[in-house]
Amino acid sequence: MWEKRPVLLLLLATAAILVGTIVTMVLPFFWVNTEADAIAEVTPYTALENEGRDIYVREGCNNCHSQLIRPLAPDVKRYGPYSRSGEFAYDRPFLWGSRRGGPDLARIGNKYSDEWHYRHMVDPRSMVPETNMPEYSWLNDAKVDAAFAVRKMDVLGFPYTQGDITALEGKTEMDAMVAYLQKLGTDLPRTGKAADKAKGLRKAEENPLGGDPAAIAEGKDVYAGNCAGCHGADRGGNIGPELAPGDFEDDELFDTIADGLPDDGMPGFSRLGRDRIWKLVAFLQAE
Amino acid sequence: MERVDYNDSIVKGFVIWSLVWGAVTVLLGVIISFQLVMPELNFGPYLTYGRLRPIHTNAGIFGWGIGSFFAALYYIVQRLSRRRVWSDGLARFQLWFFNATIIAAAVTLLLGFNTSKEYHEMEWPVDLMIVILWVIFSVNAFMTIWKRREETMYISLWYTLAALVGVAVLFLVNAGAVPVSLFKSYSIYAGTNDANVQWWYGHNAVAMVLTVPPLAVFYYFLPKAANTPIYSHRLSIIAFWSLLFMYLWTGAHHLLWTPVPDWVETLAMAFSIMLIAPSWGVVFNGYLTMNGQWHQMRDNYLIKFFIAAITFYGLQTLQGPLQAVRTFSAFIHYTNWVPGHIHMGTMGWVSMVMFGAIYYMYEKMYGREVYSIKMANMHFWLVFIGQTLFSVSLWIAGVQEGIMWKAVGADGSLTFTFMDTLISIMPYFWIRSLGGLVYLAGVLLFFYNIYKTARPGAAVAQTA
Ligand code: HEC
Ligand code: HEC
Ligand code: HEM
Ligand code: HEM
Repeated sequence: MWEKRPVLLLLLATAAILVGTIVTMVLPFFWVNTEADAIAEVTPYTALENEGRDIYVREGCNNCHSQLIRPLAPDVKRYGPYSRSGEFAYDRPFLWGSRRGGPDLARIGNKYSDEWHYRHMVDPRSMVPETNMPEYSWLNDAKVDAAFAVRKMDVLGFPYTQGDITALEGKTEMDAMVAYLQKLGTDLPRTGKAADKAKGLRKAEENPLGGDPAAIAEGKDVYAGNCAGCHGADRGGNIGPELAPGDFEDDELFDTIADGLPDDGMPGFSRLGRDRIWKLVAFLQAE
Repeated sequence: MERVDYNDSIVKGFVIWSLVWGAVTVLLGVIISFQLVMPELNFGPYLTYGRLRPIHTNAGIFGWGIGSFFAALYYIVQRLSRRRVWSDGLARFQLWFFNATIIAAAVTLLLGFNTSKEYHEMEWPVDLMIVILWVIFSVNAFMTIWKRREETMYISLWYTLAALVGVAVLFLVNAGAVPVSLFKSYSIYAGTNDANVQWWYGHNAVAMVLTVPPLAVFYYFLPKAANTPIYSHRLSIIAFWSLLFMYLWTGAHHLLWTPVPDWVETLAMAFSIMLIAPSWGVVFNGYLTMNGQWHQMRDNYLIKFFIAAITFYGLQTLQGPLQAVRTFSAFIHYTNWVPGHIHMGTMGWVSMVMFGAIYYMYEKMYGREVYSIKMANMHFWLVFIGQTLFSVSLWIAGVQEGIMWKAVGADGSLTFTFMDTLISIMPYFWIRSLGGLVYLAGVLLFFYNIYKTARPGAAVAQTA
């Protein structure tokens, strides 16, 4: 009978496709982005980061890079703790991707220094000789449009200050891209194992900040925030050994801190960045 | 029997333009496949992999896929309704608007106006054009069917009508976005919700675009070309309704092991496996139609295309459900296995069935045999071999990636870096590119054959 009535067929077909649609597409809205999966530490993107995110979308980086770590051992080992729903609450659009032509970027933030990213984006092969990632050097030439950025922040409803917007003046698309990459996955507190990052990071044998009292003072703060738990508030040692001045050369210290000693329970701290590690070294070598 | 003055010029128009976009698709496919092995072939800012890949996929799905479906559906709907298309003017307008839309899509994507959602990358103004295009087609197709002179609608018309509503619902819901400017918008859904809506759309674009219309085409042209009725009417009824009902539950099989709620993933997995039944319902119906006619595989080049197509479809709908199983997904998701799957569907199933349909329609519309059957046979073998090289090499690459990504040493640390794996699959990328070139050669031969079939003399018989 429906074979003779096109309108009836249309109505029945619509009904048939709406059942699965309602159950698997509409109902999940009651599970997702609710209080149950919200994560308090997750913050919206800043104006600069959001610009970077839009460039990421424009350039189609998602065609090669996923941003989703599955709760599977190989994923977690390689890329860090698995992704949780609340981490994406501000993502419009989502950028999970469906291919890994390149590594997952969900937790790329702080994995490398800014410098590494600037160089890698301009010429990926200078950092990773056999990579097939395209070059994005022209991002250095284009400036972000501050007025447009404000409109976008308004549409998204993300908070910003006048200062954030003035800070956009003169920033290149590359600055925005790197700011975005460095934000990814950093909302959640994390201790990760690191591997051999020091080489790209250190760039000097001797501590450029050695003996500088301001650097020593800052290094002390970094130490208190990051190292005291394992090495003791007075550096006298706890589960980690005592850290006395003069035990190491500057560059050895730097490498140990940046790369960690993963097999021996010493996490890598390359995510602290070159500057702060040199400050730590200055602090550890002082007195 | 009364002769009807069918509008064939609209069919020819859509065939020609879909072939143009098909050529763009395959050419871009070959180019991006080379960019993956020779990154110096990226010429920023416009001609990089990240910008060209969406043009390849959208030219494939919308330009070649939908364009050729428009051609075949106009052919089929008129004949099964035994009347001329409802509005010639609207059909003509649709052809030009179709090309305008595809050009707008290609240009805006090249310029980087991109929403990032797969198969829905176009920004909102182009989305609007696609909506208008679809409404025009729907009205014209529906009105033709409404005023038909044949009371009972044949199977192909059911699939056509289902595609009309299916595409409309999916596209509109997934398009939800707030514009910031003419070329920038933000999704109204966020994060995990956005992902779930997108893959409800994405998988059902596969259903409503890459499955339902080509099935309409298959159901019409296989019996026509073989000159036998379809094996079972009853089987086609069951397969039709169960396919429509089940497909919409399965979107989350693209999102296994993600933060999408577990029960949604489990439903997707279960329904994906159940989908084998309606999919293979059609496959069996096709095979059994050929009962006693298998010699036509040798004698009739058209049958080769249709049977190869439905066989690829059958393999595709076994492989797909396998990929939808959590444990297997854990292994192959994100790897090159998936493009292997995709191209068996697009280059094998969809393109093969459309090649056959276009040959058939050209023979009928011009009232003569195809220019060269030998060339058509060569076309068949080139695309068959090209497709096989493509998919098989990527399945091997995908399995290798899966193994290497999860390999761990005695101390529990990962054995291979990401780059170790990438370097090890490069040879398979080269084979894929080679397969692409072979396929391209087949497609060029096809164009030439079609051109020659259409060219000599004036139109002979406008009706069939
Ligand atoms: C053709 C695929 C491809 C595209 C497109 C691509 N990348 Fe990559 N990307 C790679 C590969 C392969 C690697 C791994 C080797 C390396 O570091 O270059 C990589 C590495 C990276 C890394 C370092 C990841 C790590 O953990 O070491 C970052 C960051 C990155 N890409 C960012 C981007 C951004 C941003 C874009 C878009 C502007 C982009 N990529 C586009 C293939 C790609
Ligand atoms: C999770 C605990 C932990 C934290 C946090 C930690 N360390 Fe360590 N660290 C260790 C352990 C354990 C060792 C000993 C490794 C070994 O036995 O070789 C170590 C060794 C070292 C060494 C080499 C000492 C030697 O005798 O070989 C230095 C230098 C060092 N840590 C500096 C730091 C600094 C600086 C920080 C803060 C940025 C820090 N560590 C944070 C656990 C930690
Ligand atoms: C010679 C023929 C072809 C070649 C060489 C080719 C090449 C490629 C390449 C290299 C990719 C990227 C894969 C990746 O993500 O790693 C791709 C993706 C894709 N292609 Fe093709 N392609 C061809 C034909 C086609 C045709 C005819 C269609 C459609 C009708 C098509 C549809 C797609 C789709 C939908 C994707 C997206 C895959 C995904 O989402 O992962 N391709 N193709
Ligand atoms: C029963 C039928 C099918 C099922 C259950 C199925 C299942 C799947 C699954 C699970 C994936 C995701 C793979 C992954 O990323 O891990 C996938 C991807 C895909 N399939 Fe199928 N498939 C089916 C039929 C088809 C058909 C007939 C086509 C026609 C061309 C097709 C085209 C695609 C495309 C284009 C993708 C890529 C999506 C992306 O960009 O990630 N599939 N399929």
